[in-house]
Amino acid sequence: MSGTPMLEATLSKSYGGQLVLRGATIAAMRGTVHALVGENGAGKSTLVKIVAGVIRADRGDLVIDDRRIDVARWDRVAARRAGIGIVQQHGAMAGTLTVVENAVLGVEPRRAGLLSLAATADALVALGREIGMPIDPHARADRLGLGAAQRAEIVAALHHGAKLLVLDEPTAVLAPIEVDGLLATLRALARERGTTVIIVTHKLDEVRAVADDVTVLREGRTVTTFRPPLEPRAIARAMVGADLPDVPLPTPVAADAPVALALAGVTVGAALVGIDLTVRAGELVGVAGVDGNGQHELAHAIAGLVAVDAGTIALRGASITTATPRARLQRGLAHVPEDRHHGGLVLDASVADNLALGRADVTGRFVIDRPAVAAHATARIEELDIRPPDGAALASALSGGNQQKVVIGRELSRPGLAVVVAAQPTRGVDLGAVAKIHEQLRAAAASGAGVLVISADLDELLALCHRVVVLLRGELVGERVATAAARGEIGALMTGAKP
Amino acid sequence: MRREVATVGIALLAALAIGSALILVAGRSPGHVWFAMLARTLGDPYLFGQILYKATGLALTGLAVALALDAGLFNIGAEGQLTAGVLACAVVGQALPAGTPAILAIPACTLAAALAGAAIGVTIGALRVTRGAHEVITSIMLNAIVVGVALWIGNAVLFRGGATRGGAIVAGAELPPLGLAGSAANASIVIAALCVGGMWWLRARTTWGAAWRAVGRDPAAARSVGIGVGRVQILAMLGSGALAGLAATNFVLGHKHAFEEGLGRGTGLLGISAALLGRLHPLGVALAAILLGFLSVGGLAVNDLVPKELTEMLQGVVLLSVAVAVPWVRRRWAQ
Repeated sequence: MSGTPMLEATLSKSYGGQLVLRGATIAAMRGTVHALVGENGAGKSTLVKIVAGVIRADRGDLVIDDRRIDVARWDRVAARRAGIGIVQQHGAMAGTLTVVENAVLGVEPRRAGLLSLAATADALVALGREIGMPIDPHARADRLGLGAAQRAEIVAALHHGAKLLVLDEPTAVLAPIEVDGLLATLRALARERGTTVIIVTHKLDEVRAVADDVTVLREGRTVTTFRPPLEPRAIARAMVGADLPDVPLPTPVAADAPVALALAGVTVGAALVGIDLTVRAGELVGVAGVDGNGQHELAHAIAGLVAVDAGTIALRGASITTATPRARLQRGLAHVPEDRHHGGLVLDASVADNLALGRADVTGRFVIDRPAVAAHATARIEELDIRPPDGAALASALSGGNQQKVVIGRELSRPGLAVVVAAQPTRGVDLGAVAKIHEQLRAAAASGAGVLVISADLDELLALCHRVVVLLRGELVGERVATAAARGEIGALMTGAKP
Repeated sequence: MRREVATVGIALLAALAIGSALILVAGRSPGHVWFAMLARTLGDPYLFGQILYKATGLALTGLAVALALDAGLFNIGAEGQLTAGVLACAVVGQALPAGTPAILAIPACTLAAALAGAAIGVTIGALRVTRGAHEVITSIMLNAIVVGVALWIGNAVLFRGGATRGGAIVAGAELPPLGLAGSAANASIVIAALCVGGMWWLRARTTWGAAWRAVGRDPAAARSVGIGVGRVQILAMLGSGALAGLAATNFVLGHKHAFEEGLGRGTGLLGISAALLGRLHPLGVALAAILLGFLSVGGLAVNDLVPKELTEMLQGVVLLSVAVAVPWVRRRWAQ
């Protein structure tokens, strides 16, 4: 890829005294797909948002399409005019408008002084078909699925003549089959139309599938840019700053191991229908599925946070179907909620208090045993390498990965652990923390707990679990032994296609 | 903790600046008025006593609002809970046999005040938890109902000789004055101090405190670690109502020794200010109560220099400053 550069940037940005970008550099060649990778907080999103004019750099050099840009005056309007499209993490379409209305926002085409959308709508449809991203221009944005909304944004950006297309973690919300389609389209855009694509991600297999070049950011600086041939291990090392431990194979579970958790016919409204599932002691079972197919209800039903309409739930053979959440926890259940910000942590409380939250075995029943809380915090901080290693720090001051370690530390250190339900345990967590969290889940299984991992990240489940079941529209639609070879079949099950 | 102190400090400086501007508008020298306010109130035993009297009631209603808010409920019904306490306290005090010794009479009246407030509070809590009725609506409506019912009971059975004052409580139930030049300051300040200390201990050192604060900050997290959110909220409203009811001891047992229409009025609502200004911390609430008491008494003390409405405005300015300072400081602190 020895073309000419479409984008060359050296950027610095701080938020209130904290440096997010410290002269990070990137050089993306014309007609290539350039992956921007790094752990959470490395500055990836900030960098691409500056390039697309969404936020402004404090200082730096920016050359786009051979034109030197004054970063102090660079904004979204100018960037759009210069041919830079951006698809942001959470989408940027106005929900009550249609796809075509969103597409023309700010540059409304008029005929005889009146808004005229028909031509734009036709052009969008044609363009979508051409690049393999069919869209409905008259669908309301808030009625679209996440994948469809993302396709609409990409088509709209190209329609406006984007020569440089920036995608900020586009695959986080997609099913595997949608991811494959997106990556294929991005490659085709670069090859056939000469579009330059910058894709932010932290998934190495996507990098391998789609990228020509890879720039690695760490702590606001560019570590290096890899050119082909890409070497995933080297990229991972550059991201983390150290080698990741090799992933051990899960220890096999004896066929006669006692059943830790048994669900029979569990039904919650229309969200969860007739779930039969057993997890044996020592077993790691993954629940795969695209978000919103009943994962939330499954975890909540087991934890007792939502009442079941039918069916039974048994923990080590004893029914907990109608037990209170507290009674379930006392019997050896641990629940890692899917959203650490709403349900996992009290953000405004200290790390030590969060680690002891609801843990009467640590705090004592009435008067809080403060030395015990402090000792508990020190032990968990050590065990999980929580940073900063300070029990008095507010949970809100920690990075996402460290916040998640706090939740894991509190839940997996419960005495007499029988069952662990971990919902999206590594969502939005950097690689180093993922390794730590997986290590803890494996250790819980090795110590005799049955572990149920609910995750939208199929690769995580395949790496961690013994077997994987698939949740689709509230039903379990299949089960596979967790091997790399089963990836395709499970991916098909997740989307409802026949395996 | 340091953040909270900084927030209040910044807010008070801002309020001082705005207050100074208001004094300038009123045509006086701010330095002169501020000094006069301090010198006259702190230098005069009677006015100093009046500050303590106001602060005693405010500390208790402030603690009441703070407890509920700590548990995630905005109890703006301390006013009604206080009125219920005043009524119950006076009725019990009046009904006791004439010779009842203080050792029995004072606890009986105190308990009656707390229970009456708690009954109103727990009603609000139960309506919220079981029926989903928002506590702001129910507590403000109950304020009107309780005040109306108290007046009706007063008219029907308590008030004597055309006055809006009931019969006196027995002598044994009277709390002694602090002896500050005939001011209304009285021994109920001990009750307030015990409540401040007790609330501090419960909040900081027990699993109850940890539970109610977890519920207030993130009910979903509290639920997921097995805390019974509804139960905690009902108990918090019970405690909140009891604290507001206890403020009646200051007014009935300590000062008026009878039920009077309008006794203690405004203390419940101003308790919201004390709670917010004190940042929900019991010691902070106590200091805020003293400051608010100082402002309202100080306004009277310098009435010859500036209209007393000015210091009433200042109470509002202080609260607004805190409201503005909280998000501002939080943003700065985060960076």
